[in-house]
Amino acid sequence: MHVFMQIFYIGLCACCFMCLYRIGRGPSAPDRTVAIDILGVVVIGFCGLLGLATGQDFYLTVALAWALLSFIGTIALAKFLEGRSFDE
Amino acid sequence: MSDVIGYILIALGILFNIFGCVGLVRFPDVYNRLQASTKCVTLGTVLLLVGVAIANGTGAMAAKAIICAVFVLVTSPTAAHAIAKGAYASGVPLWEGTVVDKYAERVKQEKS
Repeated sequence: MHVFMQIFYIGLCACCFMCLYRIGRGPSAPDRTVAIDILGVVVIGFCGLLGLATGQDFYLTVALAWALLSFIGTIALAKFLEGRSFDE
Repeated sequence: MSDVIGYILIALGILFNIFGCVGLVRFPDVYNRLQASTKCVTLGTVLLLVGVAIANGTGAMAAKAIICAVFVLVTSPTAAHAIAKGAYASGVPLWEGTVVDKYAERVKQEKS
């Protein structure tokens, strides 16, 4: 099972690097926002995998908090892109 | 046995994640990238978390993983919808190969 875990880590790291490429390269601001959103979701999966590997459940708590913060941040960025104020 | 099922689900989820991220890198404009990456990565992460819950058996970790999976399943498409609307409102051009733009037609209809 240890070998499988290493393959999973490598796969998720590849996902993270592809998202980082799009964040750095993306020609417009919405491209970067999409990439940041996707990176957040990938990191949630990474936290779950770390929790399974170490057997400690606070990684899943981190994943829950990360999901909440990522969602709120993405919604705020989308409203900013749309050109509206935050309390509208 | 539940270990094997969980690991298979995790492998499937990571495969979906990789496909989604390849779509994020390779597709030509914002809307195509949203279409490719959001759905694939949402399904992949949900499969991964369900796999973690199954491989771990019952307990606090499985409960948290299921809660997290449901949360991602609900919020990720909502965020993608908001980004798409924001991108359209901020004036990002469509790809030159796009054949139909229903949203512009609807906006024009509502104005007239």
